[in-house]
Amino acid sequence: MSTPEATGVLTLEQLKSTLPPKERLEKGPVAIIECIQKIPCNPCVDACKFGTIKKKTLVDPPEVDYDRCIGCGECVSACPGLAIFVVDLNYSKDEAMIMIPYELLPTPKKGEIYQALDREGKPVGEARVIATKMKKDRTLLVIIAVEKPLAMSVRNIGRRLK
Amino acid sequence: MDLRILEHPVLDFERGKPISIFLNGEEIRAYEGETVAAALYASGVKIFSRSVKHERPRGFFCGIGKCSSCLMCINGIPHTRICIEPARNGMRVEYEKSREGIPASAEIKIEKEKINTDLVVVGGGPAGLSSAITAAKLGVDVFVVDENPRIGGQLIKQTHKFFGSKSTYAGVRGIEIARILLDELRKTSVKWILNASVIGHYEEKRHLLLAAQHNRKLIELRADKVVVATGANENMLLFPNNDLPGIYGAGGVQTLMNVYGVKPGNDALIVGAGNVGLIVGYQLVQAGVNVKMIVEAMPKIGGYIVHASKLRRLGVPILTRHTIKEATGKDHVEGATIVELDEKWQPIEGTEIDVDVDLICLAVGLTPSSELLFQAGCRQAYVPELGGQVAVHNEDLETTVDGIYVAGDASGIEEANTAMMEGRIAGTNVAVGYCKNRAEAEKIRMKSFKDLEALRASPFSERVLNGKKRVWELWRESK
Repeated sequence: MSTPEATGVLTLEQLKSTLPPKERLEKGPVAIIECIQKIPCNPCVDACKFGTIKKKTLVDPPEVDYDRCIGCGECVSACPGLAIFVVDLNYSKDEAMIMIPYELLPTPKKGEIYQALDREGKPVGEARVIATKMKKDRTLLVIIAVEKPLAMSVRNIGRRLK
Repeated sequence: MDLRILEHPVLDFERGKPISIFLNGEEIRAYEGETVAAALYASGVKIFSRSVKHERPRGFFCGIGKCSSCLMCINGIPHTRICIEPARNGMRVEYEKSREGIPASAEIKIEKEKINTDLVVVGGGPAGLSSAITAAKLGVDVFVVDENPRIGGQLIKQTHKFFGSKSTYAGVRGIEIARILLDELRKTSVKWILNASVIGHYEEKRHLLLAAQHNRKLIELRADKVVVATGANENMLLFPNNDLPGIYGAGGVQTLMNVYGVKPGNDALIVGAGNVGLIVGYQLVQAGVNVKMIVEAMPKIGGYIVHASKLRRLGVPILTRHTIKEATGKDHVEGATIVELDEKWQPIEGTEIDVDVDLICLAVGLTPSSELLFQAGCRQAYVPELGGQVAVHNEDLETTVDGIYVAGDASGIEEANTAMMEGRIAGTNVAVGYCKNRAEAEKIRMKSFKDLEALRASPFSERVLNGKKRVWELWRESK
């Protein structure tokens, strides 16, 4: 069985209906919410200053108004499930930017290179730390650059390479 | 050896003054604020007691005074639960030779204290504190009793941010919620006592009478109302060698690593992929433990996908339809054998895999701690959806005994956020009889009902809600 309930991993196919359309992704930074179950939770809704994240009820999955989302990342650290990322496909000619919430040691630092891990924790390339931002609640936002084709598969960093 | 964690991504361990305790005469370094069990474990002592008949080694299991695998002799007093016994300088800790009685030489105080109050809350976790705060704000005189050295129940070991809505502190880490509740508690007139166990309910005409013991002193608690918010016990699983030190309940692991900052092991196997197993798995990684895998007997992960995804992208495998077949090791876990299960939950021969682990974490559910309620004569029912035997209660958390309420996990295994709501509802219900502002009490009650309903609207709550509806129905039948 390859349902996310059996594996714990959401595939791009399963996320498809909730992700921003290709045209929106190409425009610049945008929130990617990988949360499809009905669970009682809504800090993402309160975190968005622009009111772009909505939930019909407390338990319905969040919906993002992608035209109004600017990819600021406020929702990334607010999500208790660590299920929100920001992806910017236009970071540079060859690279995309991904913002990930990170709560492990050692603390990544700007300029370091890490294994880029996919949703199953498999190394799929390299991730260069562009910046980090420590939030008041001690969730670190790590902003990495990866090769553009990896933008929608890399969701974590692993071992430090350089 | 010092297994204390010095650096953690989200926790700061504030250790008190260094002190010494003596294990069978041998000096062991401890810190003020630690329990005897945490101090022993940190120095590498993992066997606390031996089984009576076969002298099998027993170690840490629940860490919150609910199981009995850590009983040792402290300053001459046998059968002391060292997991909730604060370490004190010069303390004599000894292994028990057998289950002997209290020796004549032991220092036993025969002191008595009497406390009269409107409401006694048993248990200072999310449900208990919420009921105490709510009732006190509405003018009720409240006294809280908790048997742990720190207040906040299981919130004090939750490093993750909570789900839920604003009224249940969603997005805030459990440890922070514990601080918020304590701050709120301090603003009220509530009095509380820690390291005190309620040991029984006694019949008395005009009041509810509970007896508690604190530091070997007897306390008589007289009140009009009692809220029992005693939480839950961790479930055991049957497999060979399941009593080896190194096999702990999920909550026990959290207590050791997140409250006392002691690394529970190096390589871990987690049994159970409900939210508890998934959360503890992630917390183990945060504490620097290598989580080898999570096994889950069901064909599906029971917890939220977001929790599972966090672990999967760290490379932790989750094997559904798998369980632990046996643990191996002499005096401590050295490994485990896992096995695949078929459609009828039978192990499939030939699918066994040996895993090298020194820590096995059991996250296979909880059972409501309802002993006090039964002893007090509250009608009970076996409700599997709620985790086992529970005291029958209504929507306002009243049991079948006048004046006794139940809230939180003790009333059925659920979440900390629903526990807080239940606590508030019980608190307002108690307050109605005392407060001048009934309208205010009713407002809080209705808001809490609404919040609770919203939290329970998820498919994950369906089972619990069915169980709750059954006990509500049983309560009405009893009246």
